[in-house]
Amino acid sequence: MGMYLVKRLTGAIVVMWAIITITFLLMHAIPGGPFTEEKKLPPQIKASIEATYHLDRPVWQQYTEYMGQIVKGDLGPSYKYIGRSVNDIVAESFPVSAQLGFGALVVALVGGVIAGVISALRPNSWIDYGVTFFSTLGISVPTFIIGAVLVYWLGFVWPIFPVALWKGPSYMVLPILTLAAQPMAFIARLTRTTMIEVLQQEYIKTARAKGLSQFQIVWHHALGNAILPVITYIGPLAAALFTGSFIVETIFAIPGLGKYFVTSIYNRDYTVILGVTMFYSALVVAFNLLVDIVYPLIDPRVTVGRRRD
Amino acid sequence: MYSKEDFLPLQPMRCDESAELITRPGPWQRLKANKLAVLGMIIVCIMIVAAIIGPWLSPYTYAQQNLLEANQGPSASHWFGTDTLGRDLYTRVLYGARISLAVGFVAAAINLVIGVVYGGVAGYLGGRVDRLMMSIVDILYGIPLLLYVILLMVVLSPGLTSIFIALGIAYWLTMARIVRSQIIKLKEEEYVLAARSMGASPMTVLFRHILPNCMGPIIITMTLAIPEAIFTEAFLSFIGLGVNAPMASWGVLAAEGINSMRSYPYQLLFPALAIGITMLGFTFFGDGLRSALDPKEGGTK
Repeated sequence: MGMYLVKRLTGAIVVMWAIITITFLLMHAIPGGPFTEEKKLPPQIKASIEATYHLDRPVWQQYTEYMGQIVKGDLGPSYKYIGRSVNDIVAESFPVSAQLGFGALVVALVGGVIAGVISALRPNSWIDYGVTFFSTLGISVPTFIIGAVLVYWLGFVWPIFPVALWKGPSYMVLPILTLAAQPMAFIARLTRTTMIEVLQQEYIKTARAKGLSQFQIVWHHALGNAILPVITYIGPLAAALFTGSFIVETIFAIPGLGKYFVTSIYNRDYTVILGVTMFYSALVVAFNLLVDIVYPLIDPRVTVGRRRD
Repeated sequence: MYSKEDFLPLQPMRCDESAELITRPGPWQRLKANKLAVLGMIIVCIMIVAAIIGPWLSPYTYAQQNLLEANQGPSASHWFGTDTLGRDLYTRVLYGARISLAVGFVAAAINLVIGVVYGGVAGYLGGRVDRLMMSIVDILYGIPLLLYVILLMVVLSPGLTSIFIALGIAYWLTMARIVRSQIIKLKEEEYVLAARSMGASPMTVLFRHILPNCMGPIIITMTLAIPEAIFTEAFLSFIGLGVNAPMASWGVLAAEGINSMRSYPYQLLFPALAIGITMLGFTFFGDGLRSALDPKEGGTK
């Protein structure tokens, strides 16, 4: 276990280094610097601004300086929002994205597993067809269209929920539903498939023969095994939710990290783009690591470091 | 003694006409028996045909504006209605099919080339090269790729070619992994040994002898990569990094539809339907293909 952890952590560090380097190089390949838009700036002032941020130095020097900062946990100043550091921006907007992402994660997991179990218990019934219909719909319609339709029906035709901003629980309903729709559909399909398989196994027959109720069979005996593929999916799911929240944050005008990312691309705000990309990637890497460590605890048949391929 | 006839090449053996030919249901039969897969195949074919010949059959063009007829609902002259600039939506959706499907197929084709070559080389050479190449893939797997597609789009500046490139070079990882695992399995086969002992070069063995035998998984992966690319393109168009106006993919049309959704919901409905139906077609077809080519997997779907 110790060796495995060390190996995985080294892997994670290499991943992070690769991510920083790729992003850094891509950023500098973008035509136009962060201060090209202000055309009226006299050349001397522009030069002195660029000198302040060390943009006049050679790229490799900027790179080593930046790496030095990162190691200290400093993501640098924002070029566009003067006087604010990237750390400030992340600290301010990430909690919003995290609430959104976590809410959607819970809704997708709970909703998806329940829907999948119910349709697996009554295969080919109308409720199964209903779940299949909605989950097929969920994976075949882009998130932004789902969001727009929800806004149209629940915010406009029947104005039940507010359709923009992030000011309290009622503001969270539509964005969370939008973000959760696709993963929920996927989880429902996944759970249904594995649950049907598990319910055909001998030990379920035994449990039924003992006279256990349907609920006890599902809850105590079947669910543990049926849910394993869903747990493997949590890592990629978290990644999908974090990046998916871009779209949702744009539709609902939510001041989260994703919205900052999209805006900072247009502003060529190098440090914010780098910082947000790294932050997201670190989250995804950490999530995958966590899932890989937790997995053997849930499924004793799997020993650490021996999954995959 | 021997006569001259003994040295003639053998005549091909004649089958006994009365013998009954016994076959197991092949992949094609299994695919045909799967109703959803057939439905998916029909949908995909209809979409492709519509994308190719559809725009020619319409009296309008995708860029032709007629402000007097702006925002008209579906009617006999405009089947899907018109948009805010009076452009015929039916023509634009069909034209969008060209772009969206082209994005799907070209991106999948680039994935195919990169993934097959990369996975093929790693799997066939094995050993240290394989470990190095695969740990690079593992590293890239840990990256939220959508972020990089967005960055690439900004670097390359929006447009159709940039979309092809950005999607093509970002999503080849799955293909590489699948090809590699297939090749590791196949390279121990007798016919590979035979080819090698006949002096075939590694490249010939790999591309002439091994790769044709892992076409199944490759085709499946490609079928599922196409809708993924169409989806991502729709998202890029939505945040304004898609094709340039007046060209329009389904993603652009849907994004425009969302803007005018409150007054003219049909402007969102038709592009959304086009995306949804096509996605369904590819998903059904891909799933069906998987269970037809690999009966062990996905049997319970």
